[in-house]
Amino acid sequence: MSQALYTFPSLASLRQALQTRQLSATELAQESLAEIDRTRALNAFVHVDAELTLAQARQADALLATGNAPALTGIPIAHKDVFVTQGWRSTAGSNILKNYVSPFDATVVTRLLEAGAVSLGKLNCDEFAMGSGNEHSAFGPARNPWDHQAVPGGSSGASAAAVAARLVMASTGTDTGGSVRQPAALCGVSGIKPTYGAVSRYGMIAYGSSLDQAGPIAPSAADLLELLDPMSGFDPRDSTSAEFCNGVANAPGRIRADFERAQQQYSGGTAGQPLKGLRIGVPREYFGAGLSNDVATAVESALVQFEKLGATRVDISLPRTRLSIPAYYVIAPAEASSNLSRYDGVRYGHRADQYSDLEDMSGRSRAEGFGAEVQRRILIGTYVLSHGYYDAYYLQAQRLRRMIADDFRAVLSAQCDVIMGPVTPTVAKQLGVNNDDPTADWLADIYTLSLNLAGLPGMSIPCGFGAGASGAPLPIGLQIIGNYFDEGRLLAVAHQYQQVSDWHQRIAGQK
Amino acid sequence: MAWEIVIGLETHTQLSTQTKIFSGSSTRYGAQPNTQANEVDMALPGVLPVMNKGAVERAIRFGLAIGATVAPYSVFARKNYFYPDLPKNYQISQMDHPVVIGGSLSFFVGDEEKTINLTRAHLEEDAGKSMHDDFVGPHGESSTGIDLNRCGTPLLEIVTEPEMRSAAEAVAYAKTLHSLVMWLGICDGNMQEGSFRIDANVSVRPVGQKEFGTRCEIKNVNSFRFLERAIQYEVRRQIELIEDGGRVVQETRLYDSERDETRSMRSKEDAHDYRYFPDPDLPPLVIAQGWIDEVRASMPELPASLRARFVSDYGLAPVDAAQLTSSRALATYFEETVRALPAGQAKLAANWVMGEVSATLNREEKDIADCPVTAASLAALLGKILDNTISNKIARDVFAAMWLGENGGQPEAIIQAKGLTQINDAGAIEAMIDKVMADNATIVEEFRAGKVKGFNSLVGQIMKAARGKANPQQVNDLLKAKLES
Amino acid sequence: MALTEQEIARIARLARLQLSPQQLTQAQTELNDILGLIQELQAVDTTGVEPLAHPLSAMTEVHLRLREDVVTETTSLARRDALMANAPGKRDGLFLVPKVID
Repeated sequence: MSQALYTFPSLASLRQALQTRQLSATELAQESLAEIDRTRALNAFVHVDAELTLAQARQADALLATGNAPALTGIPIAHKDVFVTQGWRSTAGSNILKNYVSPFDATVVTRLLEAGAVSLGKLNCDEFAMGSGNEHSAFGPARNPWDHQAVPGGSSGASAAAVAARLVMASTGTDTGGSVRQPAALCGVSGIKPTYGAVSRYGMIAYGSSLDQAGPIAPSAADLLELLDPMSGFDPRDSTSAEFCNGVANAPGRIRADFERAQQQYSGGTAGQPLKGLRIGVPREYFGAGLSNDVATAVESALVQFEKLGATRVDISLPRTRLSIPAYYVIAPAEASSNLSRYDGVRYGHRADQYSDLEDMSGRSRAEGFGAEVQRRILIGTYVLSHGYYDAYYLQAQRLRRMIADDFRAVLSAQCDVIMGPVTPTVAKQLGVNNDDPTADWLADIYTLSLNLAGLPGMSIPCGFGAGASGAPLPIGLQIIGNYFDEGRLLAVAHQYQQVSDWHQRIAGQK
Repeated sequence: MAWEIVIGLETHTQLSTQTKIFSGSSTRYGAQPNTQANEVDMALPGVLPVMNKGAVERAIRFGLAIGATVAPYSVFARKNYFYPDLPKNYQISQMDHPVVIGGSLSFFVGDEEKTINLTRAHLEEDAGKSMHDDFVGPHGESSTGIDLNRCGTPLLEIVTEPEMRSAAEAVAYAKTLHSLVMWLGICDGNMQEGSFRIDANVSVRPVGQKEFGTRCEIKNVNSFRFLERAIQYEVRRQIELIEDGGRVVQETRLYDSERDETRSMRSKEDAHDYRYFPDPDLPPLVIAQGWIDEVRASMPELPASLRARFVSDYGLAPVDAAQLTSSRALATYFEETVRALPAGQAKLAANWVMGEVSATLNREEKDIADCPVTAASLAALLGKILDNTISNKIARDVFAAMWLGENGGQPEAIIQAKGLTQINDAGAIEAMIDKVMADNATIVEEFRAGKVKGFNSLVGQIMKAARGKANPQQVNDLLKAKLES
Repeated sequence: MALTEQEIARIARLARLQLSPQQLTQAQTELNDILGLIQELQAVDTTGVEPLAHPLSAMTEVHLRLREDVVTETTSLARRDALMANAPGKRDGLFLVPKVID
């Protein structure tokens, strides 16, 4: 049987092939390694180590032989380079951690390893997860498989690109302001940011602690479930990890149970109208100026499709949508400025070659090791926390944050069950655009930032194509937002759409 | 110009937990460098803090002991500054919402009782240690070694209102606080090991002035003697500076014990912009009333209440009661002694515990816990005084022998073995008195002529002849009678 | 409220980022642009609104979980070596930094 990943329409079908021994994990891993090597132009991987991967693959094969292998055994995945891993380097896309090898694994990494997944290496990303194009990486930009001159999105750009190019069946990313949803949208794959606290942050190199969440990227919603469920769960090593989700224990199994419950409800419904009764809130602020025509059109078509599935559209308002931008760009840099203080050249990471004293050593090491975008955010973050400005900026932003969360809470469940809209205002831009205007990219985060501020779950699924600047068709994503801990239902809703559409089955470079 | 001294103390007490405040690493003292610092303590990329219940419990205990409010809701905040012994380059501490608010501590300065109000107490993490040895760094540069074992040890920072008015008061407060935290079992009080560190905020102002003068902070004083000297030096320095027309600059200073002076630390202008903000990795600490009640119920009787009881039940002077309650172990020792004696002998027991026992412990650098003379044995010894078997003076010799464990440490056996039984027989004593009087006719004559000083010399000779064993009261009475007849 | 040169220098120092004079000037321009973007915040009336520090506390009571005071880490030289493996300067089990004079 052919071993190229793109021949498998779903993770479940790949699992089937592995578990019935039609395919070995080792052969699969070798094929993935070769494909990664052939597609080096994408610059998706920061660190590949065949030996480490094949060791995992051989173990997977041993498990598969017992007939009692865990659900993800042998499935090729890869981790965004902000998840620390033993063996592979963990750089966070930065020179300051260029040679860093962690003595422990992130919880997400451990859980997926225990589920049997095989890691193909560490994925490129915007430095310290700050960026939306994977252009702010110290190791060069990653590229969009649909158009190598276009960005794959960011900060988990390579996580999305690697899946879009079927170098791996699924990947992990992190989403602080949209960094899983946006690259998924721009690369034509599916991605989900779960509710804050659903997945452990232990071992995730911190950027914006109150905003960061880990999330998987995979071709379809059903594939996402296969990763998100084992990834999720309470972690005693993370004090912000939720023990309970609306009264249900936060543990693997919860999201799957919710998904299946929703599935049953939908398949038990009126024929052809599985989503009858589902109210979809459509925020009018998401369809204002700035949204490009092709995105608006694709999203609208998707909404029509949902209506055909029986759902009802409800016009809602999220009045402070635009204010999420200044709020986020105060809170995230503030937290980052503190989180990144530990990179001082003392215990690990880059240390300058020349320095006169301790302050000089740290000052130079950090100036040399951090890229421009990171330095920018550290500076602004330091400023907004500093004496005299804390109230006007940081506290004010946190108050606005509560108002934004309250806006969502006012509509979710009272007026609608889920919210849908665009993920990005446009398709992927070309590499190198806007590079002299640092904040231009920030404005494009308008549809995704609010969710991180509120802590709500949200996902992106492919819903069409638009015209890229170079003429190549580029993917467009639909965002689906849910209430707290509603990941299971979100995936089920998306799954219904993906059963009557095939955007998620399009593969870059394949016809 | 009459000056008033204004002192506030901030004390960092290392809490006696098994593990660090935010990680499960051991807090045991003396381990090899960096063997008690895990990835959380070292601030490796990706780590997160998890709060130690034992640290919170000790904070609650302290709050209850000083009559403070234990905050039902408190917040951890990041204090951001760069320093090599602070791996995250921020310290997790508490800013706007500390765990303990208010409270007070009473103590004696000489014979006078004083009460100092506390502002607050909060939890925070300790930093690592710089070893200022001359290491050679990777580029040949003169280097300091950093040991992170201490990093993350829980601290309770205890802050007073600036109500102390002399170095003596500050020291008395510090000693009382020191005893209290050990009493409560929340801190081992080992100042050499850095378990109890005092920062003194010192300023002066003309008597009658309402506004405070500019204060200087003397950091990390780790002995009571140095605290006193440091404050005294600093007060003198500030007064002289002002009287010479200068102004006190607000700064941090260190006490140099060798030169007995405080000197300015190399200060950075930005040192005070800590950019505090609530730590996003730690939700608010919520302490339910139920837990506070549980802790209260499990606490030992507090020194203040014990002091009051010693005064009312045993008729002790408050100053003596304070000394006897300076540690739980000492108070227990005292009470056990009293209980083994006939009623009404608390003063005798107090004198001995505060006197001979404490003096010997100090001399031998021992703690009451290691006292070789048990309370029961001490009571037995005191019983021998009470029944006139031996005098108070001889009892001290017996005590010394008990300390060394002679004759099984039993007073009865020692008295017998050394033949120390007091001579109470009037006839025998009179015989000795007669002999001494006969041998010292001149002194006797002089005494009868008004030179009363000679009395003591006669007593001395009689006691010498009796090898100290004559009942002193009887010697006195009988000699007096003979001299006056 | 534009940032002055001194302020940028102060912030860079607080953040331990040693920037050249050109970099400082550029940072000044960029930060002033960013301040322009976030300025919108100031105009919003947030009277009576509590800051939201922990997102889940918008929907449920969130409080700090406490861990039992039990040692869970091993104390060993091997463990130390693993944890210090990435240190740029170390000796005798200590991290080395340029000498700090207090």
